[in-house]
Amino acid sequence: MLELKTYRTQVHNDWCPGCGDFGIVNAIQMTLLEMQLEPHRVAIFSGIGCSGKTPHFVNAYGFHTLHGRVLPIATGARLANPGLTIVAVGGDGDGLGIGAGHFVNTGRRNLDFTYVLYDNGVYGLTKGQASPTLPKGVKTKSMPGPAIVERVNPIAMAVASGYTFVARSYALDVRHLKQTLRAAIEHRGSAFVDVLQTCPTYNDINTKEWYGGEDLPVKAPRLYKLEDSGYSGAVADPSLEEEVNAKKGNALVKSFEWGDKIPIGVFFKMEVPTFEDQLALRMPALKDKPFVEQDIYNRDITPLLDELT
Amino acid sequence: MTVTNSFTWMIGGPQGSGINSVAENFAKACIRGGLHIFANIEYHSNIKGEHSYYRLRVESKAPRSHVDWVDLLVALDRETIFGDMNKPHPTHRGHRHEVSPGGGIIYDRSLNLTPDSFGRDDIKLFPIPYMDLLVDALKEFGKDKELSKYQVMVNTIALGASLGLADYDFDLATEAIKEGFTGRKAALGDVNVSAARRGYDYAKKSFGEDAFPSKLRKQPLSGKRIMMRGVQAVAIAKLKAGCGFQTYYPITPATDESEYLESHQKDYNMIVVQAEDEISAINMATGAAHAGLRSSTSTSGPGFSLMAEGLGWAGITEAPGPVVVLYQRAGPATGMPTRTEQADLRFALHAAHGEFPRIIIAPGDVIETYYDTFDSFNYAEHYQVPVILLTDKFLASTYQDIAPFDGDNLKVDRGDMVRESDLAAGSDYKRYRWTELGISPRAIPGQKGGIFWTTGDEHDEYGHITEAPDIRIKMMRKRMRKIELAGQVIPDSKKATLHGPKAAPITLVGWGSSKGAILDGMEDLKSDGIETNFLQVRYVNPFPTNFVQQVLGSARRKIGIENNYSAQMAGLIREKTGIAVDNTIVKFDGRPFSQNEIYEGVKDIIKNGIKEVTVSHA
Repeated sequence: MLELKTYRTQVHNDWCPGCGDFGIVNAIQMTLLEMQLEPHRVAIFSGIGCSGKTPHFVNAYGFHTLHGRVLPIATGARLANPGLTIVAVGGDGDGLGIGAGHFVNTGRRNLDFTYVLYDNGVYGLTKGQASPTLPKGVKTKSMPGPAIVERVNPIAMAVASGYTFVARSYALDVRHLKQTLRAAIEHRGSAFVDVLQTCPTYNDINTKEWYGGEDLPVKAPRLYKLEDSGYSGAVADPSLEEEVNAKKGNALVKSFEWGDKIPIGVFFKMEVPTFEDQLALRMPALKDKPFVEQDIYNRDITPLLDELT
Repeated sequence: MTVTNSFTWMIGGPQGSGINSVAENFAKACIRGGLHIFANIEYHSNIKGEHSYYRLRVESKAPRSHVDWVDLLVALDRETIFGDMNKPHPTHRGHRHEVSPGGGIIYDRSLNLTPDSFGRDDIKLFPIPYMDLLVDALKEFGKDKELSKYQVMVNTIALGASLGLADYDFDLATEAIKEGFTGRKAALGDVNVSAARRGYDYAKKSFGEDAFPSKLRKQPLSGKRIMMRGVQAVAIAKLKAGCGFQTYYPITPATDESEYLESHQKDYNMIVVQAEDEISAINMATGAAHAGLRSSTSTSGPGFSLMAEGLGWAGITEAPGPVVVLYQRAGPATGMPTRTEQADLRFALHAAHGEFPRIIIAPGDVIETYYDTFDSFNYAEHYQVPVILLTDKFLASTYQDIAPFDGDNLKVDRGDMVRESDLAAGSDYKRYRWTELGISPRAIPGQKGGIFWTTGDEHDEYGHITEAPDIRIKMMRKRMRKIELAGQVIPDSKKATLHGPKAAPITLVGWGSSKGAILDGMEDLKSDGIETNFLQVRYVNPFPTNFVQQVLGSARRKIGIENNYSAQMAGLIREKTGIAVDNTIVKFDGRPFSQNEIYEGVKDIIKNGIKEVTVSHA
């Protein structure tokens, strides 16, 4: 019987006490349990940094890859072996700094997998430098001065790049995160989840208290749920260009809300053929079973040689 | 004096003028007539307009290289003859100087060139009214109103004229031309044949049977022959080996291979992905390899530079691949994108930080390319290492006629894999289990009981991160043991070859695509009374240290021959064996060695006492 401990390993966890990563890894394990996915049918991929250690804490096939390269490696594995449920994870520096090119192009492909961004505004493992999501003008405690460059907007980038499920959640709201992850994994296509997350050691600005709105004149949580505000990012008919563009436009506008009110939830969602579907159109044999389960080791090359006579 | 079946032909023109198709049709027609060919192209990094040329050598016995003279030059434009010396930054003096004494030039009569403008009185001139003949051919099919659309067909008229002068069988060319136009384009084939025929008849009629001394005659077929170039050998071997996943980022001269594979993917079930860059290309391929599919990526030097990081990850994670095909071109940086070089030997050997095992094979010709590519996949899975197939632009784009591979003796070896039945509940599977040979049986993600972790960090047997010094030592030894093992298992006969007599006063030392020029050059030297043998090093890693030591230890004068500036293989040999070569012949002008350059280089050393020779005919 599957239980939560089925998805845990005995590996010593060296994240800082109070790290937002704990919330994310717990939510991943709870989601896998809820979906009753057997561990050997799941593969977790990660980049480099604190978040990169995630696979070692999850009892599933685990790939701790290179800084910024988690998406290409996950893409190769996904295409080779589509029987696996793939969750790729990585930090904001990993995905939107060194890996930004891969982030954009993976969205274009729309493979059927999920990418979870641990978004805390800093490079933790190298001791607190500004990451691409840290707003301009903000100085966290180990920075010599405030950031002098603009931040990137992960949600807007994901929508523009072609991810077909784009959502945001919060590491310390495990319930919401679990719901969001499940929707992402169940989505057929490339799902992107931007998880706002605290770094208690290096980000002394975007703290748990800050997200809780304790500094506001009228204390109120900064995060609010899109679905509670009447917003829906789901495209009903992907063949209607007008509707698709309008929904993307709405998502972009929403994604720039930041400050006293920060939306979480699903910004955009649309079901269109995946990269795997397109490949199967080119190679009908893919519809039967993946090549990894087929005998492709006894191909007859004679016709190719005959072409050269 | 008439020479039969020993003929070098060259066609030159602006890029986009269709020199490839006529050269390849000519070559096909020769092969079908029992003759043997060697054909290679030189072109600019440009889409349309810059000068390119295609060389075709036809012999009664299979040539393995080109030569730097031309018996019959076909000029589709003025620049082919005279070069671009009128430009502010000239790049070449034209090919009229390369025409052999007694040879000839076919060119457009409407250029109105006077014989003395060629600056030579020892060659024959064959002006052909390209346009008039083309208009005649088009009239026959009622297409003469669309002259501009069909203008490119002057190439076929020139081909016809060449065949006429060489007095070769026209029907063989007809066949080859027609095959290039199938389906809806079949009618165009007839127009082209008519154009070729007009060139053929015109040349015969206007210049007479004896105008050109070099003749081509059909000879009995020596079994079935196919015309193959390096990229095709690589691609077909990948299909034969069961590669299921290919990635690439567009780059000259590697892309042709991936496009070939993509165009055949439907029949052969191979996923081909155009990645966003070479970083992604290698990492996708490694991801696929870990996930259980034989995988590969192909690139050139600039792309391989980006792959260094990914290669290291494949190394430390003991991925069963990928096979990386590295088509060297003249570097560094963009260098000369469409020109050849053998300057990435050291780079292939040392790319990525840290130390890890990798296998590097450098085939010497089209046939070796096929077999070495096939073996690469077996090694990748058997030893769980990245494998680099080190070749170059020259071999990639060079056509040779060969007997078709029968391939019955090729066996796929997927290495030590665990089965689900071995992974009963409670079994403690360790992906990086320490074994005597260093190879751990691998599971495929999705297998029940086979869960493993893999990381670019140093790790324990399960694949979990560790920084423990004792485990580090064991894991380093485990990984490096595999290349030692490969060195012991793979026979010397695959790793290096001594061509020619066992003992000779001169031993030539080379690797990769210069094999053919060296072998042909040796025959010239022999006719001149200079006996040589040739040590061809085919495996860069594991290196055939003992064999090379044995051969070179007893060799008298050792001459290293390499298509790079610093004689990198000679350096590697010195590192591995302590033996230094006495002389070097190097070429680094972006062009491949010709047969005569080998002869000239060796002569320079032994007759003129030059220690280090640099050759360049281009």
